Amino acid sequence: MPFIPHTEEDVKSMLDTIGVDSIEDLFDEISDELRAEGLTKVPEGVSEMELSRIMHERAQQDSRTLCFAGAGAYEHHIPAAVWEITTRGEFYSAYTPYQAEASQGTLQLLYEYQTMMASLTGMDISNASLYDGASALAEAVLMAVRANRKSKSKRIFMPRTVHPAYRKVAHNIVKGQGITLEELDFDMDGGFIDPESLPKDPGDFTALVIPQPNYFGVLEDIDALTNWAHEHKALVIAVVNPTSLALLKAPGSWGDKGADITCGEGQPLGAPLSSGGPYFGFMACRQAYVRQMPGRIIGRTVDLDGKQGFALTLQAREQHIRRSKATSNICTNQGLLVTAATIYMSLVGPDGLSKVANACHNNTVDLIDKLEATGKAKRLFNRPLFHESVMQFELPTDQLMDAMSAKRILPGVDISEDYPELGNVMLVCATETKTDADLQMYADLVIDITKNS
Amino acid sequence: MLIFEQSRNGRVNTAQQPAGTKAVSDIPAEFLRNDKPLLPEVSEMQAVRHYTRLSTKNFSIDTHFYPLGSCTMKYNPRGCNSLSMLPGFLNRHPDSPVNMSQGFLSCMYDLQEILKDVTGMKEVSLSPMAGAQGEFAGVAMIRAYHDAQNGGKGDPERTEILVPDAAHGTNPATATMCNFKVREIPTNSDGDVDIDALKQAVGPQTAGIMLTNPSTLGVFERKIKEIADIVHKAGGLLYYDGANLNAILGKVKPGDMGFDVIHMNLHKTFSTPHGGGGPGAGPVGVSERLIPYLPVPMVTKVSDEYQVITEKDNPNSIGRLSAFMGNAGVLLRAYIYARLLGRDGMQRVAEYATLNANYMMKKLEAAGFELAFPNRKATHEFIVTLKKQAKELNVNAMDFAKRLLDYGFHAPTTYFPLLVPECFLIEPTETEAQDALDGFIEAMIAIQKEAETDAEKVKGAPYTLPVRRLDDVKAAKELDLTWKQQQA
Amino acid sequence: MSNIPDELRYTKSHEWVRREEDGTLTVGITDHAQGLLGDLVFVETPEAEDTFSSGDDCAVIESVKAASDVYCPVDGEVIEGNEALADAPETINHDAYGDGWIFKLKPEDGGAFDELMGHEEYAEIVAEEDH
Repeated sequence: MPFIPHTEEDVKSMLDTIGVDSIEDLFDEISDELRAEGLTKVPEGVSEMELSRIMHERAQQDSRTLCFAGAGAYEHHIPAAVWEITTRGEFYSAYTPYQAEASQGTLQLLYEYQTMMASLTGMDISNASLYDGASALAEAVLMAVRANRKSKSKRIFMPRTVHPAYRKVAHNIVKGQGITLEELDFDMDGGFIDPESLPKDPGDFTALVIPQPNYFGVLEDIDALTNWAHEHKALVIAVVNPTSLALLKAPGSWGDKGADITCGEGQPLGAPLSSGGPYFGFMACRQAYVRQMPGRIIGRTVDLDGKQGFALTLQAREQHIRRSKATSNICTNQGLLVTAATIYMSLVGPDGLSKVANACHNNTVDLIDKLEATGKAKRLFNRPLFHESVMQFELPTDQLMDAMSAKRILPGVDISEDYPELGNVMLVCATETKTDADLQMYADLVIDITKNS
Repeated sequence: MLIFEQSRNGRVNTAQQPAGTKAVSDIPAEFLRNDKPLLPEVSEMQAVRHYTRLSTKNFSIDTHFYPLGSCTMKYNPRGCNSLSMLPGFLNRHPDSPVNMSQGFLSCMYDLQEILKDVTGMKEVSLSPMAGAQGEFAGVAMIRAYHDAQNGGKGDPERTEILVPDAAHGTNPATATMCNFKVREIPTNSDGDVDIDALKQAVGPQTAGIMLTNPSTLGVFERKIKEIADIVHKAGGLLYYDGANLNAILGKVKPGDMGFDVIHMNLHKTFSTPHGGGGPGAGPVGVSERLIPYLPVPMVTKVSDEYQVITEKDNPNSIGRLSAFMGNAGVLLRAYIYARLLGRDGMQRVAEYATLNANYMMKKLEAAGFELAFPNRKATHEFIVTLKKQAKELNVNAMDFAKRLLDYGFHAPTTYFPLLVPECFLIEPTETEAQDALDGFIEAMIAIQKEAETDAEKVKGAPYTLPVRRLDDVKAAKELDLTWKQQQA
Repeated sequence: MSNIPDELRYTKSHEWVRREEDGTLTVGITDHAQGLLGDLVFVETPEAEDTFSSGDDCAVIESVKAASDVYCPVDGEVIEGNEALADAPETINHDAYGDGWIFKLKPEDGGAFDELMGHEEYAEIVAEEDH
C-alpha cells in the first residue's frame, strides 16, 4: 500500500485497542446510502519507476524549446543552489509557522525576505507573499479601498496598459464588493498613459494603478501620474517587475511622495516558468497602512530569555480571528516560492540583480534591432522600454506562431485578442538567458517564414 | 545572525551573473534608480550555509511527527517533487500554444478526471491557487447562479450564506468577499449541526450553506442528507469545504451527499508540500447546474488534442483568478501522487487515516485525557480538551503544545475550533506508523505528570528549541518588520 | 471580580458610557472586556465629525489573540477620538474607565443615555459570562 506503513499485525492490535472488529466498523456513523460505490476513473496505481517513465515521456513532449515570450512570466537563470535548498524537507514539508519556536528557519527567512522586498520597492514594509501578481493586484485594490478613508467612491482608475489578465482577475475578485475599475486608455504612439490625457476633473476616486514597465514593456511617466493621483487625494498602487527594480526607480521614489502600495509578480526571482505557477505575489506598502495589508506578516521580537526570535504578527487582521471582518480570506500563501526568491536574491545580490536587468534589457534591444533589420517587423511604440517590446510583423501573427512553434520556438505572445486595434502584433522579450546566436536565429527565421508564406 | 549581517559591500558572485554585461544606454535617467537596494552581498557558500542552517531550525514532516489538525500533514512523496520538476515541465511558458504543451495539458486533463471521480462532481476546474481561493470561486459561482435565475433577471433576495459556528474562519471571510451576509448556525452537543436552528434560519433569503464534512470538530455530520434537503428546498445551494476530504477519500463522495460545489485542498488530501505556508492548490468541482460558471482556464480534449478552455469558450464563467493556470506545479505533484496511489491506494487513505485517529483517541482517553466528543467515533482527526488541566493545574493547551516540541513532536492545532475550550485538534494522517503514534501518546502522558508535579516546568517550555517562548505582545506592539542598516 | 463603577451606563457589547456636564458622552470598554482581550496592542479610534447610529462598529481594539469592534452605544456624532491610545494601547488595560476612554460623542438624542443599562444589570451579564 503506497505510503501506508501498517502491517497486518499493526492493524489487528490497533483495532483491538479501539475495540472494533474491522476498519469498516470505524465508518458506521456514515449511512449506507452515502457510501461510495468505488472509483472508476482513477487508474490503477503504478510504481515510482513506471510512473517516472510516463512522466518523462510527457515532459519530453513540451521540452527543448526556445522562449522569447514574457508577458508576465520570464525565463531567467536560476542558480542551482536555489532549489536544492528550497526543496530540503525542512522547508518543503513544513506548514505555516504557527508554532514559532519550531519554525524559526522559515520565520527568519521570511523576515529577511520582507526586508529585501521593502528595500527593492522603496516601501516601508512588505508582507510574506500572496498567490501571484494578478491576485496581488486584486488584493491591493481591496486594500486601497480600506486604507483611503477620504474617498467614498470605491472607484479605481485602471490603465489598459496593465496586464490584461491582471485586470480580469482584479475585476473578478473585487466586483462583489461594489468596487468599480475604470479603464484609462493609452496613447497609440507611445503605448503609455499620457498624463496630458488624464481627466481634469476626475471626481472622487480611491486609487490609480500604475504599471512600470507596463504590459507593453513601455515605461510610464510615473512621476506625473503619481502626482496627479495624490493631488486628487487618491492612493497610488504600483505594479512592478522585481527584476526591473535593480535598474528602475523604486515606487517609493515616484513623484513627490512615492507610491502608497506596491505589488507585482515575484516569479522572476527564482521561480521557473512552470506553466504559470506556482509563482508568488508580493506586496509592500507604507507603514501607515500596515493594518490594512492582507496576508501574513513576520515580526522580530524576543523570547523569555531576551534572545532574538521571529513570529507571525498582526494576526488579528486575519481570517482565523476576524472571520467575516478579515482583511482578506487568504491564509496559505506561497511560502516555498518566497524561500526560493530569498535564496535567489542572496545569491545574485544587488550587483547581480542589476546585471540581470541590464543584460535582459540589452538582449531585448538587440533583438528589436535584428528584427527591424529584417524589414519584416517593426517596433510599435516610440517610448523608452524595459526588456520587452510590442513588435508588428508583416506576416499575420498566427501564421508566424504556427511556423515558429513547429520548430519549438516561442516567438512571443500574440496580444491581438486583447488589443485588436494594434493589428498584427506580438509581445517579445529576450532575457539574459538568450545568446546572440539565439537572437539571430529568430531574425533569420522571420525572413525565411515570410519568404515561404 | 541575519544574512544582512554577513554582507560586505562589493562582494559579488560572478558565477551567478551574466558575463560581459554592459550598462543600458537607452533608458533616460529620470526612470533610473540611484540607490543600491538592500540585498545581501554574500558569497555563494555563505548563502548556502546560511539557508541550510536556517532550514534546520524548522520542524517539518520530513523530520518530525506533525499531527496538526485540519492540515493533513502526511508524507509528501519525494517522487512527486522530482517528477514534477523535469525540465520539460519547468521550462514551459504559460502562453505556449497547445502544440508545445500536450505533455503538460494531458496531466491536467487526467487530474480533472481523477478529481471528478473521487468527488462525484460533474466537472472540475483546477485553477484556484489555494483553498481560500477555491472557496472564493465556489461562493462566486453560487452568486452567479442566483444572478442568472428568473430568465437572467436574477434572484436579488438571496443575500445570506449560512455558516455553522464551527466552520473555518475562511468561510465567513469568503462569504463577505462575495458580498453575502453571514448567518451562523449553532452546533449541538454531539457536534452535529442543530437542525431545528437550521430550519429556522433558511428562507427565501438563503443563497447557500457552507459545510465541512467531517466538520472541524472531527466528527462526521450524520444528518447531511437532511441538511441538503432543507437548504435545497429553500432554494439555496450547498457548498462543501474540502478541508477534511482526507477523512472520506474513496469512501463517500461529496457529490453523493448532495453538494453543488466543492473545493479541495490538494496540499492536504493530495499530499503536495505545505512549503512553510504554501503554495497550495484549491480546485473546485460542481454539480450539473453550476458547470457554466466554473473558473477558467480548464483543459479539454478534442479528438486527440488537449486544448485550453478560456473566457471566450465559457462566457458565463466567473472568470480567471490567476494570471495563468493557477499553481500548475502543485497540480502536477497532485497528479503524480494520485497515479502512485492508484484506485485502491486512494480508497485506503481514509481507512488508515481513520484507524490512526481512532487508535490515538482511545489511547489518550484511556490515559485520562478528556475527549470533546466521547460518544462519537473519530474521523481522520479528533479533539482533546485540556480545560481540566487549565483549571486545576493552571497548565493550558498552549503550555502542553510548547512542551510537546521539547519531546520532539509538532503540536496539534491549538485553540481551534473556537467552540471547544483549551482544545487540541489531533490529525495523525495515514502515513504514520503505530510507533510514532505511541511515542506521541507517551509524551502526552509524561507532560501530564509534569503538569501535576512541576507545572512551572511545562509553562516555561520549550527549552530545547532555537528560541524559548516568544513575546507576541512586543512583536505586535513594537512592530519590527524589516531589518535596518543602522542596527548593524 | 471586575470593576463596574456605579455612575456609568453600559451596553451588552461591553462598552461603558459616561455623561459629561455638557451633555456629551464619553465611551470606552469595560474592565471586564479588557480582561477578556488581554494585552492590547492596537486601537483604532473614530475621527471627529464621523457620525454613527447605535450599534454601528466605530472603533477596533486589537490584542495578540483577538480583534474586537467597539460599537456606538447611541446615535451621534464623534467629537474626538483618544489619539493617545495609538502609542499606548495598554492604557485601556491599566485604566479602562479613565485615560483609556476611546471616543467622545455628541448624542443625537439627549435621552438615549438614560435608556442604557445600569451597573447592576451589567454586573449580571458579566456574572453570567463568567459562569
